[in-house]
Amino acid sequence: MSHGPATEWKEDGASAYKTRLGVIMFLVYAAVYAAFILIGVFAPSWMRADVGSLNVAIVYGFGLIVLAVVLAFVYNHLCTLAERRAGKKEEIL
Amino acid sequence: MNYVASPWAVGIFVAFVAMVLAISYHFARRTKTAAGYFAAGGQIHWSVNGVAFAGDYLSAASFLGICGMIATYGYDGFLYSIGYLAGWVVALFVVAEPMKRLGKFTFTDALDAKFNSRGIRLMGAISTLLVSLFYLIPQMVGAGTLVTPLLGLPHEAGVVMVGVIVVLIVATAGMASTTYVQFLKGGLLIVFSLVLVFLVLSRGLTTAPDQGGNVPAHRYATVAVSDVTDDSLTVVDPAYTLGAVLHSGPLVFVRLEKDGESSYWKLDAATSVLTETETILVKADGTTLYNGAPKAEGRFFQVGNMSDIGGDADITLTTMDLLSFSAAIKSGTVVRWGKASVPDGTDHVTIFYQKPTSGSDVMAPGLKYKVDAAKGATTADRLNFISLMLALFCGTAALPHILIRYYTVKSPEAARKSTIVAIATIGLFYLLTLYMGLGAMTSGVLDLTNDNMAAPLLAKSFGISIFAVISAIAFATVLGTVSGLIVAASGAVAHDLMDRLSKKGLAEKKKVTAGKIAAIGVGAVAIVLGILFKSMNVSFLVGWAFAVAASANLPSIVMILFWKRTTSQGVIASITTGLVASLGLILLSQETFDLVYHVQATAPVPVSNPAIFSVPLSFLALVVVSLLTKGRAKAVIPAAPAEAEAVAAAEGAAAEGVEAADD
Repeated sequence: MSHGPATEWKEDGASAYKTRLGVIMFLVYAAVYAAFILIGVFAPSWMRADVGSLNVAIVYGFGLIVLAVVLAFVYNHLCTLAERRAGKKEEIL
Repeated sequence: MNYVASPWAVGIFVAFVAMVLAISYHFARRTKTAAGYFAAGGQIHWSVNGVAFAGDYLSAASFLGICGMIATYGYDGFLYSIGYLAGWVVALFVVAEPMKRLGKFTFTDALDAKFNSRGIRLMGAISTLLVSLFYLIPQMVGAGTLVTPLLGLPHEAGVVMVGVIVVLIVATAGMASTTYVQFLKGGLLIVFSLVLVFLVLSRGLTTAPDQGGNVPAHRYATVAVSDVTDDSLTVVDPAYTLGAVLHSGPLVFVRLEKDGESSYWKLDAATSVLTETETILVKADGTTLYNGAPKAEGRFFQVGNMSDIGGDADITLTTMDLLSFSAAIKSGTVVRWGKASVPDGTDHVTIFYQKPTSGSDVMAPGLKYKVDAAKGATTADRLNFISLMLALFCGTAALPHILIRYYTVKSPEAARKSTIVAIATIGLFYLLTLYMGLGAMTSGVLDLTNDNMAAPLLAKSFGISIFAVISAIAFATVLGTVSGLIVAASGAVAHDLMDRLSKKGLAEKKKVTAGKIAAIGVGAVAIVLGILFKSMNVSFLVGWAFAVAASANLPSIVMILFWKRTTSQGVIASITTGLVASLGLILLSQETFDLVYHVQATAPVPVSNPAIFSVPLSFLALVVVSLLTKGRAKAVIPAAPAEAEAVAAAEGAAAEGVEAADD
């Protein structure tokens, strides 16, 4: 019994680019997330600092959620462009 | 709190369950092959799969647990929302496309794609089963929690009901019906959470919440005292006589008698004032009284309000927006509640007392997870916080019931796109959790004996219709997530253990049958665990499931993708180390001692979430063992170019047509 994919799809010429891009974007987000945790642990008073009528904790927390969504859309856009470029290259070849 | 079923709520609930079962019946007729049963034939559209991801992920822990935790601890509950969503970044950027490229039905397929190792299959299956069971517990607890106010049935009845319905869903049609149930429930959950937040903001904030005029605001009484000593005091109001002075650590409570009835009060020694409390009194003969009366009398007061907003103790603000709502809470004082259990002669009394907390504390970390050394946080407290956030970040991309959803779409691109739909949908929901939780915290709707009920009770304060719909969706939430978990667990048993571990393998039909039998078995175990863990916060329990998944699964997934020297022995060592370390640390933690074993002892492990130790250990085990076994174990199959894998794979899948899809 094989354990390969359950469906068939075209070869992905943009795979290496997408992997590299994914790692870079992951590292960017991980750094922002780690900073959130480290501020919480080592400088908790910063979390209470006012940002307008809110505080750093609320703005940073909301920011992390919004950043994840924005990065996801940027990643998809760049991956889709790369897949199109790879597709054209294959057609030419 | 007394819960009485309303016919309207029961009707909506029954309609929901009927719809879910109809979906299962519809897909059951079209599910004949293993690919159809375990992966919906790989034919689900990415947009449907994305919302179904949200359905899978937004479980009882998210809706009931997080809202309850925010309603109890403020911002610290919101940390779960932040961490749960951050985990999807790992899933999208690191795991989504490679998982789809390498696997077929289960995440063990992907782990094993390079090695064809029986050891990896065995450990992958065990890990899937254990993580699924850990994740199942809070879902079943959530089911029991919901069924009480919705149908007026006891907790155990809810757990059994969910177990039976889910086994019916899974055993009939597997992943196809599970996917559409999740899609439906995920979509409805987002829409009605938006409605609930809109209602919360429209009603605004007040220091005297009356649930839209339906329940008069209760002002907790105070009584002045004098001549306070350790075991006596004088009540200024002559209508009261002193019954007893009770101590619970630094807290002092007083039993007063008036007109032949007892009541319990909390002493504020600094101001010489007693404040009314809420109590559950268990008498020596077993009789239980709630605020001095039998439960049937319904002598419950409103719980959860602001005592001042911006310094004003008598104010109502209406038609607010997200910013003004948060700012108003931050500017005021929120009345939170503490709990103490003390003996009173031969009786035993549980006392819930008011803990006025400044809004700026509620809107910042620290009420549950102590992180501020200036406020007495220890190193263990800080490690606990870091460990939880690490577990949430690393756990999502390692949850078996999430990973199997990558096999229900056509291609790696579709896997990526469905993950992005999931992130957008789930992100929106988590933003809303803060306002549902804060709304419950300040609307006088809380049940002090069950923090999981915060969101449904908040809905109830807007009328029985919205409560019925929200509760039915929450119940469907549990159904959907439990279905996904049971499909994952049954895949581990039938596909990873029985089929691929045995030398001959199983025929398609037998594999589907084995999967269905496994689903029934896992469902039965989940029912028992759901009853045993009744009193625990569901989000807290899910934190453990994330820690086990992050420790046992994620290191292997990441290293297989990014470190060419990974060997099969290294993967086995990593999964084993992750499982043993995370489970061992959980079983020996203080939280487990207190909440599960119910023993008064100092546990050997000071942190309650193990990820900070077990995740690095699992990585280390993989690296060390891989280096030691390098050269002895070579990969059988080179790291899977898509087409070579696909050719080897497609048996049965093409014939399975759950739904024509394009992406």
